[in-house]
Amino acid sequence: MPTPDPLAPGARVRVRTMMPPGHVRTPAYLRGHVGRVERVLGPFGNPEQKAYGHTGDRLPLYRVRFAMADIWPTSEAPSDTLDAEIYAHWLEPL
Amino acid sequence: MPHDHQDHDHDHSGMSPSGHPYREDQDRTRSYWQTMEIAARELMIEKGVITADEVAAQIDAMDARSPARGAAIVARAWLDPEFRKLLLVDAPAASTELGIDIGPLNLIAVENTDKVHNVVVCTLCSCYPRDLLGLPPDWYKSRAYRTRAVREPRRVLAEFGVEVPQDVTVRVHDSTADMRYIVIPARPGGTDGMDEAALATLVTRDSMIGVGQARQPG
Repeated sequence: MPTPDPLAPGARVRVRTMMPPGHVRTPAYLRGHVGRVERVLGPFGNPEQKAYGHTGDRLPLYRVRFAMADIWPTSEAPSDTLDAEIYAHWLEPL
Repeated sequence: MPHDHQDHDHDHSGMSPSGHPYREDQDRTRSYWQTMEIAARELMIEKGVITADEVAAQIDAMDARSPARGAAIVARAWLDPEFRKLLLVDAPAASTELGIDIGPLNLIAVENTDKVHNVVVCTLCSCYPRDLLGLPPDWYKSRAYRTRAVREPRRVLAEFGVEVPQDVTVRVHDSTADMRYIVIPARPGGTDGMDEAALATLVTRDSMIGVGQARQPG
């Protein structure tokens, strides 16, 4: 039986809190926060390599949906949502 | 009438005849990267890698892209349920079907309904569906919009004149990586019987970013 994809749509994920140097496309304000995978996209070349003239490894990209209440301690409307695109190595399945 | 001066006692030096201060011809100094761009471009032209005509043609092609392309897609989606369905699952295929070449653009279309209001931002830089909407407006690239749209989207929308009711979910899309977004605004009332071209004139750039609504007809 194939192992279910831990990052399939609907999966709960936490954005890793790492702070590597260089060009990354995971916004700092989302690091450490928990959301759900909305859809799987790609594969696309890893921008963290492409930014320095390397051929980017082809990686799947995840659209993750966060509740505003889970990002901000005080939010205008807690059930409003925010979607962002995040590469797999930035996501920890929960 | 601030420019209709009756008394001319005050000093007009440094002012234009209509009472505006003159600006310096070059009011900003050239940045390091602007200098680098000019140097690289001139070198490539000098070495025959590209021609000045090719550079000018590319600028023309970029400037020719306008929100009219996005508006055509929205108008078709309002009229044709099958097209709308395709647009929501595979926006590049839908654009191609309409004869709009969006190049390598990875596009996602999101739809405003009576339950959801979508708004697009790029917090990291200024990602924008240029092939469909042309160049982004300056405010889209401003730090104020980029930081506030993800933190307090309802207040930002209100400043654009869009009051989102409490029972409607605001869905912010931060284009952080490879995807670009177009909002399909809700079709305004009183537009039954309008043809595609007429409907497209109601679709504003701002409505496709999500900070506006489509125009009312008339």
